[in-house]
Amino acid sequence: MSKPLLQVRNLTTKFGNGPGAVTAVNNVSFDVDAGETLAIVGESGSGKSVTALSILQLVPDPPGRITGGEIVFDGIDLTKLNEDEMRAIRGNRIAMIFQEPMTSLNPSLTIGLQIGEPINLHKRLPWQKAYDKAKELLDRVRMPDARSRLANHPHQFSGGMRQRIMIAMALACQPKLIIADEPTTALDVTVQAQILELLKELTRETGSALILITHDLGVVARYADRVCVMYGGKIIETASALDLYAKPLHPYTRGLMASIPRLDQPAGLRLVPIKGQPPNLAQLPPGCSFNPRCGEVAERCRRDVPELMKADDKHMHACWMAPHV
Amino acid sequence: MRGYILRRVLALIPTLIFASLIVFVTIRLMPGNIIDLMLSQNDVSASKQTREQLEAALGLDTPMYVQYFKWLGALVFKGSLGNSLWTNTPVMDEILHRLPITFELGIMALLVSLVVGIPIGVYAALKQDTIGDYILRTFSILALAIPGFWLGTLVMVFPSIWWGWSPSVRFIPFSQDPIGHLLQLALPALILGKAFSAITMRLTRTLMLEVMRQDYIRTAKAKGLSVGTIVMRHALRNALIPVITLVGLQAGALIGGAVILEQIFVIPGMGLLLLEAVGSRDYPTITGVFLVFGVAIVFINLLVDLSYGFLDPKVRNR
Ligand SMILES: Nc1ncnc2c1ncn2[C@@H]1O[C@H](COP(=O)(O)OP(=O)(O)OP(=O)(O)O)[C@@H](O)[C@H]1O
Ligand code: SF4
Ligand SMILES: [Mg+2]
Repeated sequence: MSKPLLQVRNLTTKFGNGPGAVTAVNNVSFDVDAGETLAIVGESGSGKSVTALSILQLVPDPPGRITGGEIVFDGIDLTKLNEDEMRAIRGNRIAMIFQEPMTSLNPSLTIGLQIGEPINLHKRLPWQKAYDKAKELLDRVRMPDARSRLANHPHQFSGGMRQRIMIAMALACQPKLIIADEPTTALDVTVQAQILELLKELTRETGSALILITHDLGVVARYADRVCVMYGGKIIETASALDLYAKPLHPYTRGLMASIPRLDQPAGLRLVPIKGQPPNLAQLPPGCSFNPRCGEVAERCRRDVPELMKADDKHMHACWMAPHV
Repeated sequence: MRGYILRRVLALIPTLIFASLIVFVTIRLMPGNIIDLMLSQNDVSASKQTREQLEAALGLDTPMYVQYFKWLGALVFKGSLGNSLWTNTPVMDEILHRLPITFELGIMALLVSLVVGIPIGVYAALKQDTIGDYILRTFSILALAIPGFWLGTLVMVFPSIWWGWSPSVRFIPFSQDPIGHLLQLALPALILGKAFSAITMRLTRTLMLEVMRQDYIRTAKAKGLSVGTIVMRHALRNALIPVITLVGLQAGALIGGAVILEQIFVIPGMGLLLLEAVGSRDYPTITGVFLVFGVAIVFINLLVDLSYGFLDPKVRNR
């Protein structure tokens, strides 16, 4: 088998110094193959965004910094690159779509300029050509009236339209990898599905790999090939999307599953959210960080930290009580 | 847009009438009125007879409200600000003569403040909490704290003691010697611009820090843009909108500073005219100068508001 497009190995990203330091991403490892869609799922604060920003070396510093691990993209360890080398990759070979379409576009620049910008920068096309490309990109994200809308400013678009613009921008240089950080969380439910369909379709066309960050396991089922579940800065379960649905092994994943509305569920049945609070990263409990909320907690869970272990070839989890080999 | 400007200009009228009324009344209540001054200067013993004649000749014998409405009527119907009580020449002519000089001084001071304040503010923001940032911020406090009149006096006095050189006190018109003229204005403009550049720098720094935290700057970074492009294309324009407001808010202080520096550097602008007129209790000139200052401040703020339209697309498209 060929090498994966992206290999993240033992990535650790911290915020702050000394006793107040917080490990937002803790020894995280995963792969992304060319063209595949990997979902990263987890509650708010579990470290999904920081993982994404770490890949692009965009963690705000100070207070944040990557303290360990490797991020090998297309054979290059991104953590070893200098800023100029990294800039040549951002927006060009790895692009990112952010959660907040309302604030992620510059309010005082036309969208033509904002979409054309990476083309002008990385492909060295003159602005006129970059605008032509921007128009094609807007057509591809199904923006009606693309030519005339190039001259518009972000406030003249709805949230869903702005997210289409963000997608056009991400696709501009045909990146090998697109990271979409909760691209639909801020949008209406009906628009969410359209945007995800569009994203999925366009990445399939261009062969880009996609890291889809979400806290919605329902999204995962429809759009992802594989899934990593994060909790308290760690990956606590990873499997193919099908496997994860068929047999979630970690109690936290099972809790998440139980909180998804299902069509085959009798209407009116209450969803069961996971009880308790997301962990305080500055004061993680000893042993398994999920133990205060876990219904299956055993004595060992309060003592030893479970690392990822294999349930079978492709399915791994970090739980002492779940079956493993 | 044209309707908006018209409405703004119309709204200005009551303000100016009210302001002119206040000036009109208060200067006449100043101790030491013009009649005493004229009589003492002409060395005529202040007999009751000549005092009344003089008052009548200058039109100061009627009640104050009559005087005011006469003045207002002349302004509205003839565009006249009256004549100087001393020279009997139209105040308007004198003002039109002096205004360009003060305008020039103000613009130069403003340029100094923007050219110095904005780049330093941007630099300090990008280097937040480094030694460079601290040094620049300390300097800006110094620049704010040192009074312009004190610095101006030093510049006038010490070079002449040490090197026998002092700034020219004879005014050099632009038409005679453009370079000499600009050099003559440069020193007061630098001193006048100093405090404003410090304020501009501090505001620019704060606003840049705010803008650089925005999500769209993160988007720009994720595109691979360099810091230079991010600042010039994405950040500065958004940060500068409030800086423009500052220019409007500072217009009054700028005029006040110009009055003092014109006095120190003997520059025959509006400021010197005002001081001379106050000294000689030349009521129409004082009122005229204040009226023009008022109009200037209002128009500067109107320009500031209009410039939003060019900087902020949300306003432009409305
Ligand atoms: N700029 C920052 N400064 C300090 N700490 C930070 C910063 N950004 C993130 N963190 C820390 O990292 C943790 C993980 O944050 P992250 O944004 O990755 O969560 P997330 O999984 O993306 O959550 P969400 O679903 O809310 O987006 C946070 O709980 C916080 O403690
Ligand atoms: S290790 Fe123990 S506490 Fe942690 S999830 Fe498994 S059973 Fe629960
Ligand atoms: Mg996030």
